[in-house]
Amino acid sequence: MLTLTRTFRRVIGRDGDSAPAKARASARTPVLETPPIDIAPNDPILAYFHAGSGAVAIDDLQLDSPAVRALRSAGVKLVVPLISQGELIGLLNLGRRLSDQDYSTDDRRLLEKLAAQASPAVRVAQLVREQEAEVRARERISQELRIAQLIQQQFLPKTLPNLPGWQIAAFYRAAAEVGGDFYDFIDLPGGKIGLVVGDVTGHGVPAALVMATTRSVLRSEAPRLGSPSKLLERVNDFLHADIPQNMFVTCLYAVLEPATGRLTYANAGHDLPFVRRGNDVVELRATGMPLGALPGMHYDEKEATLGPGDVMVLHSDGLAEAHDPQRQMYGFPRMRKLIGELGTGHELIDGLLESLHAFTGPAWEQEDDITLVTLSRSSVHGETEHVLVEFEESSAPGNERRIMDRVASSVRDIGLDPKRFERLKTAVSEAAMNAIEHGNRLDVELPVHVRVSVTDDELLIRIVDNGGGRDIPEPETPDLEAKLQGLQKPRGWGLFLIKNMVDDMRVHTTNMHHSIELVMKLAAKKGADDGHD
Amino acid sequence: MAMTESTAPVRYRDGTAVVDLPAQIDASAERTLNEAYATAAGHGSKTVLLNFGRVEFLSSTGIALVVGILARARKDGRTITASGLSDHYREIFEITRLADFMKIYADESAALKGGEAT
Repeated sequence: MLTLTRTFRRVIGRDGDSAPAKARASARTPVLETPPIDIAPNDPILAYFHAGSGAVAIDDLQLDSPAVRALRSAGVKLVVPLISQGELIGLLNLGRRLSDQDYSTDDRRLLEKLAAQASPAVRVAQLVREQEAEVRARERISQELRIAQLIQQQFLPKTLPNLPGWQIAAFYRAAAEVGGDFYDFIDLPGGKIGLVVGDVTGHGVPAALVMATTRSVLRSEAPRLGSPSKLLERVNDFLHADIPQNMFVTCLYAVLEPATGRLTYANAGHDLPFVRRGNDVVELRATGMPLGALPGMHYDEKEATLGPGDVMVLHSDGLAEAHDPQRQMYGFPRMRKLIGELGTGHELIDGLLESLHAFTGPAWEQEDDITLVTLSRSSVHGETEHVLVEFEESSAPGNERRIMDRVASSVRDIGLDPKRFERLKTAVSEAAMNAIEHGNRLDVELPVHVRVSVTDDELLIRIVDNGGGRDIPEPETPDLEAKLQGLQKPRGWGLFLIKNMVDDMRVHTTNMHHSIELVMKLAAKKGADDGHD
Repeated sequence: MAMTESTAPVRYRDGTAVVDLPAQIDASAERTLNEAYATAAGHGSKTVLLNFGRVEFLSSTGIALVVGILARARKDGRTITASGLSDHYREIFEITRLADFMKIYADESAALKGGEAT
């Protein structure tokens, strides 16, 4: 009924008369605008209008109605309801006739006819206006969302830390409304590294701005304040002074000593990280209030050690608190169980996301941002994996060569002989081309993720695309004779070439991603001098 | 990424059409290669020498293009030979068995002399 009131404001007119007479009147005497009259939804006059009995003479009404009083004092004599499809959409208000005579039966009939014909047109005009307002509102919201996304993406890490003996993987997916999730890695003195995962309450631009501020304070203060609890205290006080009302930030901050696996951490009301040790999955507990909620807070500081093979998972509530169509929650116990069963890094993340997808069903609209960061320590003492380069390229045609060149320049100094170096380049460009053309289907919005690392005896190149859910075919030896006779297409050499260029090729497919890992043996230099497998 | 200029001029020496292949042989070179073969064939040469001397990058799609030309040449009754392959791409021609279907010479003059492949 609120819109009705607004509609009434608009249609309440001037001293009543037909338009030509009105024009004549305007020429002679100034026409007074009646002030807008609000009609409350429970006003008894509405019953008259709805009754569909046509024009209503205001002076004849015996009603205790604020609207009637307001209409009378505005000089309205006759009201003709505008009804469209049974709905009252407006009123035609007329003042006294210029002749001072009462409205005749003919006048009323004419006005009722006019109202009956005008109503659909007025309704259409109202709908168009409402639709235009909706479009403008939607545009404003989507513009805000774009800004929020931009801010958020700007402040998420572009690259992952390169820690010998550790594997770090991260995943972030914004909900449609863009929440305030964030994660970060901060280089600290003494080779330590700060790990941050947090969630700002609320959505949109305000949440994104608070996220950006929190991140900036964390980054600037972390190197100076070695202690996680001291850092959270400092950030809490800083945020409390400026944070908008009813907003706060949950945040887990941990400091890792990569050489020993020692971890000190403090928690400002954030979801507890999981640590997998062998077959057990435990939570790292520490208590503390969210940042910005109250001044002068203190935070527990705890210690843990991540041993060889251990995996830590930092996360936000977007995954555990997702709901299925029956409104059941995914839940932390399910997440914890899966972490115990899955692999590490991207495999672990993909496994969790696949399980979420299976739980929520395909029609699910993501409720909140999802952030997952995994930190895995190599399982064997002494075996360290050193990341030489990690990057992403868009899936534009021809980018396989760019990927090949970047990988080639990253391995130039590891002592591959020239022959094997050339083989590697071909294998990388072929695997990258498959990722671009088949995995990502040339969608330039989809990245090809590349990670080049060395262990004590292997060079590993991992190429990941978004073409999960389809099996990678086994490489077969192409039948050249059949191709030359035109019985088979000339193409189909890629996987065969890759297999013959490297010492091993490991493929892995999940519902979301394909990955191919190319392996070149370093110590044994297998196949260094022979022709091919 | 700056695209390498894709041209494959055709020269005629001693009755052989010599196609100087571009630096990059991948999907972007499809038209160039097919037109070069058509030019060479139009001249009536019985032998077409693919000169790989400038080739820096040969992808599996590029291999498919070479296979396509070889198939056309077999149909047309022409001989395809190759020269100037780097050690790496020569290895690939052996792995793919392309070397079984075209003689591969170290360089252009050896190819023009003919005889056994080097």
